[in-house]
Amino acid sequence: MSSTIPSELRYTETHEWVRSQEDGIVTVGITDYAQHLLGDLVFVELPEAGRVVTAAEGCAVIESVKAASDVYSPVDGVIVEVNELLADNPELINQDPYEEGWILRIKTSADMEGLLDAAAYELIAIDEDEDEEGSLTNSKLAG
Amino acid sequence: MAKRTPLYARHLALKAKLVDFGGWDMPLHYGSQLQEHHQVRNAAGLFDVSHMTIVDFPGPAPTRTLLRYLLANDVARLDPGKALYTCMLNDAGGVIDDLIVYDRGEFGYRLVLNAATRDKDLAWIAPLAERFNATWRERGDLAMLAVQGPEALAKLEAVLDAETLHAVRASRRFHAVEGKDLFIARTGYTGEDGVEIMPAAENAPALWDGLLAAGVAPCGLGARDTLRLEAGMSLYGSDMDETTTPLVSGLGWTVAWQPPERDFIGRAALEQQRAGGISQTLIGLVLEERGVLRSHQTVYDGDREIGMTTSGAFSPSLDRGIALARVAAGIGGCCQVDVRGKCLPAQVVKPPFISRPL
Repeated sequence: MSSTIPSELRYTETHEWVRSQEDGIVTVGITDYAQHLLGDLVFVELPEAGRVVTAAEGCAVIESVKAASDVYSPVDGVIVEVNELLADNPELINQDPYEEGWILRIKTSADMEGLLDAAAYELIAIDEDEDEEGSLTNSKLAG
Repeated sequence: MAKRTPLYARHLALKAKLVDFGGWDMPLHYGSQLQEHHQVRNAAGLFDVSHMTIVDFPGPAPTRTLLRYLLANDVARLDPGKALYTCMLNDAGGVIDDLIVYDRGEFGYRLVLNAATRDKDLAWIAPLAERFNATWRERGDLAMLAVQGPEALAKLEAVLDAETLHAVRASRRFHAVEGKDLFIARTGYTGEDGVEIMPAAENAPALWDGLLAAGVAPCGLGARDTLRLEAGMSLYGSDMDETTTPLVSGLGWTVAWQPPERDFIGRAALEQQRAGGISQTLIGLVLEERGVLRSHQTVYDGDREIGMTTSGAFSPSLDRGIALARVAAGIGGCCQVDVRGKCLPAQVVKPPFISRPL
């Protein structure tokens, strides 16, 4: 499967991408690889802005035609904004996972060095691709 | 290794997402399950359903006697060319499988059973057939293609000779036509008009290619499931199985009680259940807010737990979560479904969830 993994972003093992901005705010979404495996998305349950999250905590739920999956916070911080467009247009995540399909923004003081770079994430995506068709090992995608 | 249909190479060429289904490598979708769903509701879609089990009983007798005992619906209701939906029950009235039986007149009867239940179905049928001196043959040499949607019949022009095409268009729903090397039934699992075509396996790829060239879109089992659910059609293994009877599965209408002297397997158990009062029923649920329902979610009436969803999905046509649920009898109006720890309000409806022109 060919999927895009932009080199300027950071990643988690659970298939979130993270884009750093100024002021310690990061934007979070799910990767092209993840949206591909999940199939057509039909519903996104977004958190309230202001919620305090810790790294690896479930902070949103995305539902595809196939299954419901948690989106995990990549960092400790406070959710400052969510992508309200997703409520009526969950397919934005399928169409444009890295731009229009962003899910939430978190204010954080965490260091991005703790996250995977594109090369390291690519190894994870390739690894899971080699698993038997349909039996995804990652808990998020297994649904 | 998983079994493959005669169209496996076609699925690979179309870059289908393949999944294991009842021991078969089958296409889940060819890119977008949602688009495939809408394609069938709005135009025409093509499904490879060659994994399904086809069993022929040549000759009307003594097969007729066997089938009247084997099936809960009554093949005596059939005339040549007509099809019947029925359950095949065990002695306790539990559903071994659901199937369609076609009356083919001088050619006998044809049964189309589920793929995942093939082994146990045949193990159940074989000794009974022997007892009734009925011969039967599994038709692994046939493929099965479903063409479904409001434009399905129009699209058949590309692949059928004029005579067969005329016969199919003149046929009514739930009737079949014996074409040249083809069996064409006006049946399906989508709630749309359309046909299920059973050609010789070696002719299936050419038929597939011809239908695609005519503009029929390939559709996978993912769309097939949301289409059948919207149409209120049961899925074996989810909505009913050997532990549930047709009477608690929304399938009481498929049980032929008349004539009372016809004995069929499971009849005594169903009569006993009916006499004791039916405590459960299968209902439809529509989420009141945006969201998705899945199978195995708990259903509440206020604080009272009343049952479980048996099938659930996001309905692309309604833009809402829908489900079938087995609940305590007598529930109406509104209830709540536990969706990942949250109780969401849902409306109780009588399936089908969508209505289509007949």
